[in-house]
Amino acid sequence: MKHITDAQIATLEDKAREIRETIIHMLVAAKSGHTAGPLGMADIFTAFYFHILNHDPKNPDWEERDRLVLSNGHITPVRYAAMAHAGYFPVEECLTLRKLGSRLQGHPERDMLPGLETTSGPLGSGLSQAAGMAYAARMDGKKWRTYCAVSDGEQQEGNIWEGVMFAGKNKLHNLTAIMDRNNIQIEGMTEDVMPLEPLADKYRAFNWHVIEIDGHNMEEIVSAVEEAKAIYEKPTMILAHTIPGKGVKEIEFDYHWHGNPPKPEQEESFIAQIREAAKK
Amino acid sequence: MLNNDAKLSEKIFTDAIEKAPTRDGLGKGTVEAGKADREVVVLSADLGDSTRTAWFQKEFPERFVEVGVAEQNLATVAAGMAAVGKIPFIASYAAFSPGRNYEQIRTTIALNNVPVKVCGMHAGVSVGPDGATHQMLEDVAMMRALPNMIVVVPGDAEEGRKATIAAAKNGKPTYLRFGRDKVATFTSAETPFEIGKAYYLWKPEKSDVAIIAAGHLVYEALLAAKALEAAGVKVSVINSHTVKPLDEKTILEAVQEAGAVVTVEEHQIAGGFGSAVAELLAQKHPVPMEFVGMQNAFGQSGEPQELLHHYGLDAIGIQKAVEKVLARKTK
Repeated sequence: MKHITDAQIATLEDKAREIRETIIHMLVAAKSGHTAGPLGMADIFTAFYFHILNHDPKNPDWEERDRLVLSNGHITPVRYAAMAHAGYFPVEECLTLRKLGSRLQGHPERDMLPGLETTSGPLGSGLSQAAGMAYAARMDGKKWRTYCAVSDGEQQEGNIWEGVMFAGKNKLHNLTAIMDRNNIQIEGMTEDVMPLEPLADKYRAFNWHVIEIDGHNMEEIVSAVEEAKAIYEKPTMILAHTIPGKGVKEIEFDYHWHGNPPKPEQEESFIAQIREAAKK
Repeated sequence: MLNNDAKLSEKIFTDAIEKAPTRDGLGKGTVEAGKADREVVVLSADLGDSTRTAWFQKEFPERFVEVGVAEQNLATVAAGMAAVGKIPFIASYAAFSPGRNYEQIRTTIALNNVPVKVCGMHAGVSVGPDGATHQMLEDVAMMRALPNMIVVVPGDAEEGRKATIAAAKNGKPTYLRFGRDKVATFTSAETPFEIGKAYYLWKPEKSDVAIIAAGHLVYEALLAAKALEAAGVKVSVINSHTVKPLDEKTILEAVQEAGAVVTVEEHQIAGGFGSAVAELLAQKHPVPMEFVGMQNAFGQSGEPQELLHHYGLDAIGIQKAVEKVLARKTK
């Protein structure tokens, strides 16, 4: 069964292009920040904010909303851009990223901007917080779901596996995590720095349901989340294989772009590439 | 002499005085708080009996969350629960929480500004035979340096109970410090308690030294005051269970009257309660000051009272500090 129509997919893909363009503009303006991760996760965040989440951008504290926790806080530009385009705040505010007095801190702070759910940046602690939310929701018989975006690099943190164990033990079927499996981290490729594979087997061994997808395919993203909703007695990990820097050929697959912003002279060319890639 | 307004135990200086560990206060307090508010939950990291959180588990099994030996998870699962409306108490030995999970507490509780109650158990050398690894002496320094964090160090089991109930209602990230060994229950159910308020326990007409104490050693400070009075030395004793925010008004008033001060705590002198008082006095009213606390040392195995004496943390150590500060004052 298809969970999404071709027309909806086309709309989401165009929204993802807009969000990628905003990411480039905001990082150029900020003069610092992470580029590869946000571009690589643009399709997934678009799918969440424009199709999957049950939320209300004009009422970010709505109690019955789904919770989306971002564990690897450094890719927050993609979240800010998606939230702005979804109507949480004006898109122009994205250009205040990392500036003194801005609500858009370099790493996201719950207290600063409504709708963020948690404060993150130091890696490895988001999944446990999401598990705590899912646990509390189940205690109270709430129907809302908790989603958590995690990176692959942060799987090297011990806290992640404490959370994985906790969610598995408690059969948190209202918790769905999605991993940005882009294979890069600051110092190089994950499998060189500290190998993670076999990731799917590891999660299965901890009593999680695992789905592997192409993280740039809207239909696969949406279908995986629908499948997770149907799984009972297990949390689900969606291993999303992504291309870091997706849409800009200078950035794609290059770990040096993990923590660097585009330069002003690159802005025009990167935007042109993103528009070109979206036509294909 | 004893301050009657403090309504301390009637058996205060007798052998009949009740003795209980402050951790009993957490056990009783969480049960009472849990009855008053269904959002109260307790998270344990495999130490339910010794932290007394098993008492809550018995009353409210559906609100008790076991995370296993995983203190980072203890803090972060609680942060998530607090972000969606729960009032979580997390309890482990202070050496592990906040000792091991400091960053999680900093980012996901303090900066995140969610009302998790971090309960640091088995704090101080009075843990006894377990030795230095388990005798946490740096936790107050770590916690009071965090913006948004309230820090309370109860002096007896009854005060621990009241502190727990008050923390459940304050809506803020809060650190509560508890000990393992029995201490005299010198307060009563009628003794006033409010987070952020210090109280005179012992108040002569005019004191020459203000003893300001927090936590397990408050009773030792009272014993010292009684012995000093017999020797003709007039001191006041102030119980400053809240380390952050300090009750500046009461502390300054006492110090201005006495002109000399001794702080008392079962914690490293560096960064602890005495440091907090020193920061205040250096700015507002500098006077000769002595610190009773651990002097840049780890503890070791031994019996609790034996260790307190060894490190100069008992009534005798407090009297010596008073004599020292008096000598500096009259120079």
